[in-house]
Amino acid sequence: MGKLFTFWLTHRGELAVLLSQHVLLVAISTFAAIAVGLPLGILAARRPRLAAPLVGVANIVQTVPSLAMFGFLLPVPFIGGVGARAAIVVLILYGLLPIVRTTIAGLNGIDPSIREAAVAMGMTPRDLLRLVELPLAMPSIIAGIRVAAVVGVGSATIAAAIGAGGLGEYIYRGLSMVDSTVILAGAIPAALLALTVDGGLLWLERRLSSRRHRRPARTVRVAFAIVAFAMLSSALVARRSPSAIVVGSKNFTEQNILGELVAQTIEREAGLPVDRRLNLGGTLICDGALRSGDLDVYVEYTGTALTAIFHQPVANDPQTVFATVRDLYARSGRTLLPALGFNNTFAILVRGDDARARGLKTIDDAAREAPRWRAGFGFEFLERPDGYPGLAAAYGLRFADPPHVMDLSLSYRALASGQVDLIAGDATAGLIRGLDLVQLEDTRHYFPPYDAAVVARAETLLRYPGVRLALEGLSGRISADDMRAMNYAADVEHKDIVQIVREFLQRTQK
Amino acid sequence: MAAPAIEYRDVSFSRPGSAPVLDHFSLTVETGDVLALVGRSGAGKTTLLKLINRLLLPDAGAVLVEGRDTREWEPIALRRRVGYVLQDVGLFPHMSVADNIAVVPRLSGWDEARVTARVHELLDLIGLPPDPFASRWPDELSGGQRQRVGVARALALDPPVVLMDEPFGALDPVTRAELHAEFHRIQRRLGKTVIVVTHDMGEAFELGTRLGVLDAGALVAFGPPAQIAASSDSRVRRFLDAVPAVPRG
Repeated sequence: MGKLFTFWLTHRGELAVLLSQHVLLVAISTFAAIAVGLPLGILAARRPRLAAPLVGVANIVQTVPSLAMFGFLLPVPFIGGVGARAAIVVLILYGLLPIVRTTIAGLNGIDPSIREAAVAMGMTPRDLLRLVELPLAMPSIIAGIRVAAVVGVGSATIAAAIGAGGLGEYIYRGLSMVDSTVILAGAIPAALLALTVDGGLLWLERRLSSRRHRRPARTVRVAFAIVAFAMLSSALVARRSPSAIVVGSKNFTEQNILGELVAQTIEREAGLPVDRRLNLGGTLICDGALRSGDLDVYVEYTGTALTAIFHQPVANDPQTVFATVRDLYARSGRTLLPALGFNNTFAILVRGDDARARGLKTIDDAAREAPRWRAGFGFEFLERPDGYPGLAAAYGLRFADPPHVMDLSLSYRALASGQVDLIAGDATAGLIRGLDLVQLEDTRHYFPPYDAAVVARAETLLRYPGVRLALEGLSGRISADDMRAMNYAADVEHKDIVQIVREFLQRTQK
Repeated sequence: MAAPAIEYRDVSFSRPGSAPVLDHFSLTVETGDVLALVGRSGAGKTTLLKLINRLLLPDAGAVLVEGRDTREWEPIALRRRVGYVLQDVGLFPHMSVADNIAVVPRLSGWDEARVTARVHELLDLIGLPPDPFASRWPDELSGGQRQRVGVARALALDPPVVLMDEPFGALDPVTRAELHAEFHRIQRRLGKTVIVVTHDMGEAFELGTRLGVLDAGALVAFGPPAQIAASSDSRVRRFLDAVPAVPRG
């Protein structure tokens, strides 16, 4: 607990920004969901034939997992891509169903004789809606808004995966560092925010439906004032510099370190402001963002670019792979700078105990033991052509059960604690040292090279030659040992990434 | 000569898939009459009322209000000239008594001072003093009080015609007798054209200056109370025989 408060105290500026971004994401998307959902609900209550398909579609949207939804939206122009805009679109879609449904229920629940009296006394349809139907349905509608907002607070944590910011950034960062303190640092404020939103809207709902305090106009005005204040103050805190170079990274520790390293290099040597969008949810999200211009620069691995981005056949020669990828990038307006100096290939890992007891040194050794073992792989590794399917074929690997799908960052712990017996990790993972894991040698050269290199939008490099110069200065400067040490410092020693990178840059300055 | 307040001219009305509710129905209501329509449930009584304020339109024939076909009336204007009192009252539960009565005057653009004066005048008229009743909520009132507020709301714009659909049907006999007395007191002051619908012949005699007996969508008897009381028509006698006490006339 003490560690947690220390973390909040030392990160209070960042915490305020992330909390503000979170509030803004939820507030904007909830308001938009009301603006769309309320008229849809009214329309559906008027025309019952429309209600069933409308609620059906909204239901289906609701069941799409949020990460999948972000994936769908990634290539869509205007509303898709990476950043807050796409996140808000997803959150609006999730908020629609509860609001539409409770609007319909609230309107249909009104006593027909009340409606008849209103029409018979000469109300126009608009008067009827404004003076009778909406006020009577309001407690029900507010209940729907409450559900939408609370679901929104939860879903907004996922939005960090596409660089929309918010408290989810701590959760993702904590997951990739395997540091529960950092996870809690984001999860607890998010939970408190959800409880606050829930309680506030419950108060509003009760107040609007209570018999003695029927001053809806004043109550709604007070509620609006509170929300407007929260949004305004959040907007002031969350504002980002508009002309900054946007640096991205994928969602694991090494990528966060490299992203921070690129960011600090640009800040120090090119003297330009940097907007950090670290912890984006995977290769394809980073690539999509670079393509769409939401990102200016991030660090990619040559082998990953070759197969996952450009869908080329696997190749084994590092120089050939680098040249191929550089040309493919150049054709699509992006520039691959010279490699940083280390190769983060896949590492097939087992527990140190097992390796010593059974004399395991190569993947061939593991293939003999495999029928009694369970394996755990990240989703990406299971799917990629240069991942598990090819590996299994090359070494004749067969496990007791089909491999478990697990988060890459969690799989190291799963291996160390004996839940699985073999995983595919990164060769530069600091946890390999921290958890006493052993990397098995790839004697058949199955894994292609994964040389780390900076990839940037050509347009950005042309406009800011200083950025190119600064980033070229990183080439060949990071050895595999350097990378493993930095990963170890972050993952196992829980040192601050900003500090790790600062020390590394000072130490290796030319 | 001024046109009659209400006139049904050969009106037919049916709901899809069922026997006609009204079949070539004709009836004239003179200004200032209180017409009590008696009939069993489903005899078409409520339909007759809804044809007047254009909640329904006839399939054939015409309904004339102040000499004008309801089809030609602008519905909102028509409804504001016709007060409507329902058995379920239909008070707005989210508005105070005063706001319930004030709804239509406000929609008609009255200024607040005039609205307040009118609300107080009506509350006095129906025997619920503005203090404390103006600020009460509908769910704080008894059934009889709610019905009085319903009447006040119907009278808010001082409409020449008032329709009452089983207005006292859900009340206990004592309260009902009180409200009958109130009805006469108010009607003596205002002299509206009233059509009141009931299934109780005793109530019809109590309230009506004209009585109409409905059976299966047709008017089987129509005239002053004495004439109806003397009728030998079996369909009328059935209603007369169902009255437990001798009408007081």
